[in-house]
Amino acid sequence: MTLARFVRKNAFRNKRRSILTLLSIGFSLLLLTVMMTIWRAFYMSEGSAESAQRLIVRHKVSLAQFLPIAYRERIRSVPGVKNVVNETWFGGQYKDDKPENFFAQFGTDPNEIFDVLKDFHIPPDQLEAWKKDRAGCVVDAELAKKHQWKIGDRLNIKGNIFPLNLELTIRGIFSTATPTESIYFNNTYIDEGYPQVKGLVGFFGVLADSPQSVPEVAKAIDAMFRNSDRPTKSESEKAFNLDWIAMLGNVKGFILSICAAVVFATLLVSANTMAMSIRERTREVALLKTLGFTRGTVLALFMGESVSLAALGGLLGAIAASGLVYVMARSPQMGLFLTGVTINAPTMLVAVLVGATVGLVSSFVPAFNASRRNIVEGLRHIG
Amino acid sequence: MAVPVRYNIRNLILRKSATVMTALGIALTVTTAIFILALLAGLNAAFRTSGDPLNVLVLRKGSNAELAAGGVDRDALPVMKDLPGVAHDAAGQPLVSGEDLLVVVLPRNDGTGETNVTVRFLTSTGIAMRPESKLVAGRWFAPGQREIVVSQSIHNRFAQANLGDSLWIGKGPWTIVGIFDAGGTAHDSEIWGDINQLNADFDRHFYNSVLLRATDPVAADALKNRVNDDQRLKLNGMLETDYWAKQTSSGNPIKFVGMIVAVIMAIGSCFAAMNTMYAAVAYRSREIATLRVIGFSRPSILTSFVLESVLLSLLGAVVGILLMLPFNGMTTGTNNPVTFSEAVFSLRMTPSVVSWAVVFAVVMGLFGGIAPAWHAAQRQILASLRD
Repeated sequence: MTLARFVRKNAFRNKRRSILTLLSIGFSLLLLTVMMTIWRAFYMSEGSAESAQRLIVRHKVSLAQFLPIAYRERIRSVPGVKNVVNETWFGGQYKDDKPENFFAQFGTDPNEIFDVLKDFHIPPDQLEAWKKDRAGCVVDAELAKKHQWKIGDRLNIKGNIFPLNLELTIRGIFSTATPTESIYFNNTYIDEGYPQVKGLVGFFGVLADSPQSVPEVAKAIDAMFRNSDRPTKSESEKAFNLDWIAMLGNVKGFILSICAAVVFATLLVSANTMAMSIRERTREVALLKTLGFTRGTVLALFMGESVSLAALGGLLGAIAASGLVYVMARSPQMGLFLTGVTINAPTMLVAVLVGATVGLVSSFVPAFNASRRNIVEGLRHIG
Repeated sequence: MAVPVRYNIRNLILRKSATVMTALGIALTVTTAIFILALLAGLNAAFRTSGDPLNVLVLRKGSNAELAAGGVDRDALPVMKDLPGVAHDAAGQPLVSGEDLLVVVLPRNDGTGETNVTVRFLTSTGIAMRPESKLVAGRWFAPGQREIVVSQSIHNRFAQANLGDSLWIGKGPWTIVGIFDAGGTAHDSEIWGDINQLNADFDRHFYNSVLLRATDPVAADALKNRVNDDQRLKLNGMLETDYWAKQTSSGNPIKFVGMIVAVIMAIGSCFAAMNTMYAAVAYRSREIATLRVIGFSRPSILTSFVLESVLLSLLGAVVGILLMLPFNGMTTGTNNPVTFSEAVFSLRMTPSVVSWAVVFAVVMGLFGGIAPAWHAAQRQILASLRD
């Protein structure tokens, strides 16, 4: 019998306890994996290569303030800018105010939007059809699937920010690497339906010629409008998204404290189990030592048992977490914050490693004590 | 006959390390649950306590947010001042306040970046209609001056929000002359300034909203309906309390993530408690058989062990509540999707939050205890005694 086999046999000698421990550690590490995934999605993802090349130009004061459409051509003249398109957040309501019916609607220019959003793909004939219909719109493929929309369907959107209701016809369906929960329609609809904002748009999406030129372009655009009536704030798409996340509150603090609580709880569970399991085997340890097993081997045996249990728990948790993240990313309560987030292999690996480390740390004290116990005392032990 | 509770307590004390570790694990779960519940309670309190039941908020027809484009025509204000049921102040002026809202970007003072803050422009009548807002430092803004007052929590959370600082709004800087406390209402997330001075900066044809004070609650309801039905006005009137209560949806992402976190941690703790209780049962196998021989029935053994598990989790709950106490009252903020700006609120460990946490712990204890207790009660006496 090899040592590894011995460890495996022992880990499951009390099946109920091992399974309960596995489940307990698994659930905790599931949570840890979900939190790590949210962290990665918010703060560590670089986005697509195309996204790194894009900037958002908005009014310096806030998104709720408009910019004149005349800025578009001036931005286009900035060196390093390839394409510029206007976008306006419509903020309307589809059907009712239930969160599952919430999605983003943007008024834009059909002629250029897909040149800026290069990672959005739409069949050319559908794009042409949209360009021809001023009351047309294009919708995200995932969103269309969710609401069972097809080309030619009518969408009625009630305006909340604008005193205007949109009656749109779906002319195209675009696909993206990650779902966007959004639709785009022709901005002239807003211009004509609510002339008070004619010539004004929400913000500009800008495509730079390379990711490296993004900071320079941003600086140049802001400098251009610094002394105007409506100064701008330009930032990379990623920085823009981070601003939104920051508005949720102290997300970093929230995630970190939950992770700390989870890891500590796992440590307690694992330590408790190992203490119980080792106490039961006091006589056995004495016997092993009588047979010639060294202290080091005994220590390694117990710690190996704990590490493999906890690491297995981590693996189970990470697998379950991918399911949960899938559900959360599609859940209406989250709004648009987790759209398209999935778990990746490194995150799962970290969960397993955290499990293993917890197993190692938690078993050290009881295993060390067991390995040090006097043989005679151990053999006499009743329990 | 029931097994005395003292027996369970002594057993918990005897198995000190297992008890402490399991209780601590449960405590961490309870702490997390309280944290989330207290956040939501604070958020709800900020919106639920906002608004006066006598106040009617008027927006443009079809709009349900103050920051929407377009609003109440300036010419509609005199019409509303003459509506029956509108209260008057001591000087005989109708309590009607036309208000404008803007959003500005302020840097946080903890270095976590910038966020949007709502600026409300109003007159002294508007301030008088919100008696819960009290000045804590400086003075209110003077009419016709580029002056603003900031709420206490904005003063605390943002850099450049001290007395004497100035903020750039519209066409120029506005000086902060006072700090007010809105008593935990949604106005605690706002900056206030003079509406007439704003008019000098922007050529605005609309008020974002108009606030009317009714003479009594019945008049408030009638006033609301009158505004809605008036064909000249084309406006949407609602009770101010209802308007704010609807904005509690700001807490949806926190609520959703919070519930998932709490439930998963609870399941994990349940299994841990189960483990401890199974070990307790196995350890006391002979003892249980002896209890049976003495004459304790199966149901009383079952109850006794479930009780022990519940006691264990109650201990966890107490530790968890104590761990969270220092955070009670801590101020934080989240995004209000209605105004696109920050809603400031504080963590509130209300009695209901604490009792929910205790219920939560008891449920965990019950779930964790039932299976092992059942197992204990079903053991054969003879087999156990021979163990």
